[in-house]
Amino acid sequence: MPTFILKRLLQSVLVILTVALIAFSLFRYVGDPINAMVGQDTTLAQREELKERLGLNDPFIVQYARFVVNAAQGEFGMSYRHRRPVSELLAERLPATLELSIVSMVLALALGVPMGVYTALKRNGVLAKTFMTVSLVGVSLPTFLIGILLILVFGVWLRWLPTFGRGAVVDLGWWTTGLLTKSGLQALILPAITLALFQMTLIMRLVRSEMLEVLRTDFIKFARARGLPDRLVNFRHALKNTLVPVITITGLQLGSIIAFAIITESVFQWPGMGLLFIQAISTVDIPVMAAYLCLIAFFFVIINLVVDLLYFAVDPRLRVGRALG
Amino acid sequence: MSLLDVKDLRVEFPARRGLFVAVDGVTLTVRPGEILGVVGESGAGKSTIGNAVIGLLEPPGRIGAGEIRLEGRRIDDLDEAAKRRIRGRRIGMIFQDPLTSLDPLQTIESQLVETIRLHLGLDGAAARARAVDLLRQVGIPDPELRVKQYPHQFSGGMRQRVVIALALCAEPEVVVADEPTTALDVSIQAQILDLLKALCRDRKVGMIVITHDMGVIAEITDRVAVMYRGRVVEEGPTAKILGDPDHAYTRALIGAVPRPDVRLHRFPYVDYIEGIATKPPAIDLRGHWLGKARDFGAKTDGPLLAVEGLGIRFPMNNAWLERNRRYLDAVKDVSFAIAEGETFGLVGESGSGKSTVARLITGLYRPTAGRVSFNGTDLTAITRDRDLNPFRRQIQMIFQDPFSSLNPRMRVLDIVAEPIRFHRLASGRDEVERIVRDLLDHVGLGAKAAEKFPHEFSGGQRQRICIARALATRPRFLVCDEPTSALDVSIQAQILNLLKDLQEELRLTMLFISHDLPVIRQMCDRVGVMRHGRLLEVAATEDLFERPQHPYTQELLRLMPHFEGLSHDNLDVEAVGGAG
Repeated sequence: MPTFILKRLLQSVLVILTVALIAFSLFRYVGDPINAMVGQDTTLAQREELKERLGLNDPFIVQYARFVVNAAQGEFGMSYRHRRPVSELLAERLPATLELSIVSMVLALALGVPMGVYTALKRNGVLAKTFMTVSLVGVSLPTFLIGILLILVFGVWLRWLPTFGRGAVVDLGWWTTGLLTKSGLQALILPAITLALFQMTLIMRLVRSEMLEVLRTDFIKFARARGLPDRLVNFRHALKNTLVPVITITGLQLGSIIAFAIITESVFQWPGMGLLFIQAISTVDIPVMAAYLCLIAFFFVIINLVVDLLYFAVDPRLRVGRALG
Repeated sequence: MSLLDVKDLRVEFPARRGLFVAVDGVTLTVRPGEILGVVGESGAGKSTIGNAVIGLLEPPGRIGAGEIRLEGRRIDDLDEAAKRRIRGRRIGMIFQDPLTSLDPLQTIESQLVETIRLHLGLDGAAARARAVDLLRQVGIPDPELRVKQYPHQFSGGMRQRVVIALALCAEPEVVVADEPTTALDVSIQAQILDLLKALCRDRKVGMIVITHDMGVIAEITDRVAVMYRGRVVEEGPTAKILGDPDHAYTRALIGAVPRPDVRLHRFPYVDYIEGIATKPPAIDLRGHWLGKARDFGAKTDGPLLAVEGLGIRFPMNNAWLERNRRYLDAVKDVSFAIAEGETFGLVGESGSGKSTVARLITGLYRPTAGRVSFNGTDLTAITRDRDLNPFRRQIQMIFQDPFSSLNPRMRVLDIVAEPIRFHRLASGRDEVERIVRDLLDHVGLGAKAAEKFPHEFSGGQRQRICIARALATRPRFLVCDEPTSALDVSIQAQILNLLKDLQEELRLTMLFISHDLPVIRQMCDRVGVMRHGRLLEVAATEDLFERPQHPYTQELLRLMPHFEGLSHDNLDVEAVGGAG
């Protein structure tokens, strides 16, 4: 197992380096960074001097190495638009995105898994069929439409909930949280549901089909033949076996929730990294884009690593070697 | 007094097209300490009886009529909760496949303890002690240690022992064993059967053993009921049924069992059982398509196929350093030669490497050592894939599982035509179709089969399609990898007869791989015995069976079911060769 983790770590570093290379190329070759920094009246000599000072005349590999070393220290340069260090901007926005993503994921899991189990066990029940039908809507409606519909119903017609922003936040020094104030929690509800809906239906359908598969296996039949009550058969034997594939998908989905919160964030004007990224694209704020790219890659890699470790926790076939006899 | 009574049982499955009656009018009794065998072919309804007894019929199945009594009390009309209290506590069940019968994520201990606590109400410590004790009783060494392990850490035979321990942990009075040894090797099978027999005798448990295998029936049952299409056609003491059956079906079934003691020219013709009504017409090679272009270039004097020092190893782990790497020698230093027209058998238990040899010969694996020569040409020396095509045409393979070896989305016509088209063996669509229909006719399916899809055929019919496909390239050498082990015994007899006929007509050379010694005896001229990837002994079939040299061969032959007293006398068969 240590070999396995070491291998995984090495692969992760490779992935991050590759993404950093793409981000760096973006930085260096999409447009002219000098042009983006200076005004029109800068002379050629001044430009050349700036170029030399910024190290843009160094060989490619040296520049890339510098980028990677800086990035590893959280240093992504200055935002063209905000004239502030990118790391500072991201640090400000990160809590908003993470809170939104994690709340959505918890919501999706807390509702999706029980619904999946229920629809698998009561396959022909009225409620189960309703779940399945409604879930089709969740899978097929695009996120932005769900967001807009929710705003229309709960924000405009009913006027129950705020439709934009994050509400009042509490600054803990290293983290700003909206979970401690009433307005913060209220502001979280609609975007969290919007983001969770697709994941929830996905998890529900996944759990259902996996569970149906497991319920057909011999060991479930054998457990029933031993007279074990349904509660034990369904939850102890069937559900646990169902969770192995669910963990993978859920892990990957958490990554994409963080990455694709962009849409939800722009619909709700949620002050997270996604919104920052969208704005960066429209103003060609390349340092922000590059940093965002690297950060998201980093999240994906970390989550995948955690998923791999969870496998070991759940599945003894990976943990314990095969000892025939 | 009888323990379990099944009276006039009828089990129905409502289906879209009316009611399907799986079991009808079945009456059985089991006494304490007695083993009742229920034998029949797939679809005969024997497993359905077991499921009905334990109250676990697959929905929408239901008991339509009749009753099931346990010690005189009716149990078939109880409610679900009461049925559950009987399951495991009073009636235990053992399933076929020990590899899938245990929850892979729970230790053996937790599975045993939950069942013991549920039924016997013991506390944790007492239940754990009992779990260890049970494992010891079913013959698992070091039970204190092994009880903490997970199912994947046990071999197939050991897992089946665990399954038996689980089924017995609440001391049920009746045990239903559904094909308890079908998934196991012959040596393991003998151990498990002994164990079941001993448990029955010592604990006065009444047991129903459901099986398709006459060997198992002969080995452990006291009485046997023969099932055919949902009905019991004959029931009585095992010796009487096997030795002097009354019913024609029983006679046919017993006749189809390959005999371990004498080699017959053909299997007795089984016409009572589903399948082929008339013998397919003989092929006259001189005028037939299959006979055309059979001169495969210059004939050499040597054997048609020669294997020298063949070996393949698979990496077990992928360490970075060579010295840390471990390999599994799936096949090591195997050498044999097969003469033109001969049938060479390879026999061995699972994991012996016999199928790997087949895959090496057909080029599905590349050997890591040794050579395979076909008609004097070293196939392993050919590097360009295209240069292998002429040999691929001459060497064809028939696989074990006819369900997964046919593309379910292709019509039979296209399945059989594919190799003809690929090797450009016919000119034009019409000729291809004519040849395919002709082939299907010869394997006994009839030309009309060409328009259908594989799922419309039974296992035996599918294997016929596979044979037609293998014949489509006009092969010279046929590799049969367990061609009948997924089939019922009567279907097996038909398929083996077909292979024998085709071999005679087409002068085919065959490599025949099987774990089943009687089948090997019926089919092969010479036999090689494999174990752990090595070839232990090669001998002419009669010599091997009469005078085995290697201790392992002797052991295999000793464990082979012998069916003394099995009635073969009332069937018209002619023996081949002097022995017997």
